[in-house]
This record gives sequence, C-alpha cells and structure tokens, in this order.
Amino acid sequence: MAYSDKVVDHYNNPRNVGSLSKEDPNVGTGLVGAPECGDVMKLQMKINPDTKIIEEAKFKTFGCGSAIASSSLATEWVKGRTVEEALSIKNTDIVRELSLPPVKIHCSVLAEDAIKAAIGDWKKKHGVEVPVAEKASH
Amino acid sequence: MAVKLPIYMDNHATTPVDPRVVEAMLPYFTEKFGNAASRNHSFGWAGEEAVENARAQVALLIGATPKEIIFTSGATESDNLMIKGVAEMYREKGNHIITQAIEHKAVLDTCKRLEKYGYEVTYLPVQRDGRVDPEDVRKAITPKTILITIMYANNEIGIINPMTEIGKIAKEHGIIFAVDGVQAVGKIPVDVQKDNIDLLAISGHKIYGPKGVGALYVRRRNPRVQLSAIIDGGGHERGMRSGTLNVTGIIGLGKACEIAQQEMPEESKRMRALRDRLRAGLEAKLDEVYINGSIEHRLPNNLNMSFAYVEGESLLMGINDVAVSSGSACTSATLEPSYVLKALGVGEDLAHTSIRFGLGRFNTEEEVDYVTDKMVQVVTKLRELSPLYEMAKEGIDISKMKWQTA
Repeated sequence: MAYSDKVVDHYNNPRNVGSLSKEDPNVGTGLVGAPECGDVMKLQMKINPDTKIIEEAKFKTFGCGSAIASSSLATEWVKGRTVEEALSIKNTDIVRELSLPPVKIHCSVLAEDAIKAAIGDWKKKHGVEVPVAEKASH
Repeated sequence: MAVKLPIYMDNHATTPVDPRVVEAMLPYFTEKFGNAASRNHSFGWAGEEAVENARAQVALLIGATPKEIIFTSGATESDNLMIKGVAEMYREKGNHIITQAIEHKAVLDTCKRLEKYGYEVTYLPVQRDGRVDPEDVRKAITPKTILITIMYANNEIGIINPMTEIGKIAKEHGIIFAVDGVQAVGKIPVDVQKDNIDLLAISGHKIYGPKGVGALYVRRRNPRVQLSAIIDGGGHERGMRSGTLNVTGIIGLGKACEIAQQEMPEESKRMRALRDRLRAGLEAKLDEVYINGSIEHRLPNNLNMSFAYVEGESLLMGINDVAVSSGSACTSATLEPSYVLKALGVGEDLAHTSIRFGLGRFNTEEEVDYVTDKMVQVVTKLRELSPLYEMAKEGIDISKMKWQTA
C-alpha cells in the first residue's frame, strides 16, 4: 500500500510524542482502541482551566503508520485551541488532511475518539458532567 | 561493504528465478517453440523431449518416477486437483476429509467448497508449536475417510509437520495422503516413498523457478491413485490435466528442481546459518521478542517473530528498504490478523506484531546484518511511541486491562 506524503512525514517525524502526568488535575488522558485490534492511542492534553485553551498535547500510539499519523496530527491540531474548538474536529477532517484510503478511516475515527476521551477525562476531573459514550461518527 | 537496497527477504512469497533456470528456458521461447503435443514434426518432438527431461528432474527430487509427475499452472491448481480429484473419484467410498487449521488457503478454501457439496471436513487443531499431532489424525479417521491432506511445511511459520508418522497412519488405514509440499520441496529432503505420500503439490516460483508453473506427484503404484480431472479438454497429462503444456515454464521448473537437488546440502546449511545469525542478532539487542512456532522442526530459511508492543505494519513502514511480511491485520486484505498465528494460540495482540523473514539463495551475511540493525532501530523507535510498551514498563498487565473495543 502506498502512503501519502503527509502520513510518511508524520510517521518519520511524529509531533508531540510523549506523556504528561496523569495525576495533574489539568491533564486529560484519552486511551482508546485495543491491542487485539492492532490500534491503541493514548492522547493527553494539558488544559488551562481559566481560558479552556489546550496548552500542551502529547500522544503515544500502537498501530499502523496511518494511526500514528492520525494521532500525531490530532496533537498538532488541538494545541492552542479551546476545548470547544478541539471537540469540533471531525475524523473526516483528518481523512482529508492525510489522504487516508477507505481501509484506514478507522484510524481517523480512533483519533477523534481519543480527543473526545481526553477532554472527557479532563472535564470529569473538573466535575463537569459528560454525556456517556460520546463517539465519533463513522 | 555497503549492501544493495532494497533487500529481498520474503522468499516464502516468491523467489527470483535463478539465472541458470532462465538460461535453460530461453531457447524454448523462440527457436524451439514447438507444442509438446505435436507428434508429427521436429518442433513438437523437441518440446516433448524437454518436457520429459523436466519430468525426470522433478521426480528425482522427491523420490518418484517421471510418469508420476503431471504439470499444472502452479501449486494452487495442484492443491485443488489433488483434493477435488480424490473427492470426486472416491465419492462412493466415503465423503470425509481430514485436514488442519493452518493449511494454505488453496487447501482450506478447496475443502470449504467441498463441504458445500456434501463432504465432511475435519480441521484438526495444531499444537502450540504449530505442528499437527499424528495421534489427532488417527483419532479423526472414520470409515468414511477418503483423504488426509496435511502440508509438509507451513508458509508463515516454517514449521515442518511429522510427515513420516502421518503418512504411516494414512497407509495403515488405506487412506490417500495428499500433501501441499510448496515450502518444503527443494528446501529440505522430501521423499514420497519414505513418507508414504500419495499426492504432492509443488510450485515453481518458490524454488527459484518461474511463476505460473507447478507440478503434482500422483502415486502410480502401491497404491495406484486415481484422480478426476478438474480441467477437461485435449487429454494432456494422461487425462488428469488438459491444456497445452507450458513448455518453457516446465523446463524452468525442472531445472530449478535439478539445482535444488544438487545444492540442497550446502544451501540448507547456509540458510540455517543466516537465519540463526538474524535471530541471535535480534534477540541480543531487543527484549520481548518471541519466535512463533517450533524452532526444532522448522525450515532452515524461516524466522517468524513477534516484536511485542509494536504493530507490524508500522514496523514494515520503518524498514521500507527491506522486503519482509507481517501477520498483522493491517497488511492483509481481510483486516484479520494471521489465522495461522491465531491457531497456534498466539494472542491477537502479539499476532499484530509479527514479522516473517524468508531467507533465500541470494541473501548474504551483510544483508542479514543490515536487516538486524534496521529492525533494532525501528522497533526501538516505535516502542518509544507505543503506549503499550510504556504501560508494560510501568508494570501494568495489558492483558488484564479493559479495552474499548469497536
């Protein structure tokens, strides 16, 4: 399978790889996917409680090149945005940006899920009610 | 010394044609192009003579006689012919077939089709090391059993089945023993007499011959095995496989068998040394790597390893100047991880991390060292990127976690 230049670029130079402290009250952690499915993404964001701006984003991904690229791109996109803006990122935006083929669309879905899960975790830490199972549309 | 890139290390998928094979084939494309079935002129005779020479070369490699070899378009056809041909021919005798879980799809899907036509198929499980337990074969036999079909060596994990034991059981019960010999023939000694093999499927392009040609050994004596043809027409190949013979391909297959026969003792030693070097290099520099399948009963040129916490396709992407293959779902058309590894009881998480290295005649030590270094480098990088590796290092048991599955 041929990969798009952007996928290759993110794979070779993944942005924002790493971990933030899960214990930090301002850090939201999203862990989505499953090892037996071949994809696990961990996305973490440090969110300013006053401005609701995502000041820091880190990821680690077990998965194919497209999964790595999708999560790397997600960290780039959420950084500097508000929580609301980050929540508006759709998997289709990621598909378009990375030119993902149909068989790799689930990678983008997982990245969207990871954003939502991380923000959900942060909201929970701050006592905000989160509707259960906010899942990306496929 | 710098190695030439890309490096080909996927010799279970296919092999390059040996230049000596090409040389043997060439005159038969142009000067000696006759149809081997043309009995009334010298062009036909030249073709026929070359085909008969190839038949003898194939036969010699597996301990058969030339008349027991028929030529086909490849091993998929040979597998289909040996299974469907027996099923139809011996239908009156019974309708039960015994095979096993990690056969090639050419065997499994053929058996599945026969199930639609009223045949009953037993798919034996394999042991943890990937091999069939001969006692399982014995226990599966019923009065209706007409065929036992078990592969000699597996294409993914390279394990070698206990053929002599299984052949003996088949013989004792008077049941036909059909064998997919694609990965074994030409790589390790295969003897149809010693193993009581009645039918043996052979491929050209896995043994440095051309694609599009294969052979089927059909036992003629003790017992004489009969087959219903699946391709009808001019009655070529003693009625078992009609169609004008692929003379050039057949010559290539014959020459490839001759070379394999002559060079096997030396070549298999060399393959084993390269494979062991690769394995030792990887194990020395990486933790949590696991070999899939038996080490002891294994083709000398195969290494199938899981690199925990690193997904196979991303691994392939990182070593894009090395051609190997992966058991990861992402690399298959079905999005399912390898059914072979699954049958061995390898967890799906580890199946996604497996890489198959298939060494071949033209690989060198320098190439092995390059691949080792590259693998170590990419696995290390991807583990830095892997949340699973991080969790494992923190002492979290990944298998006990609750995952959000789709």
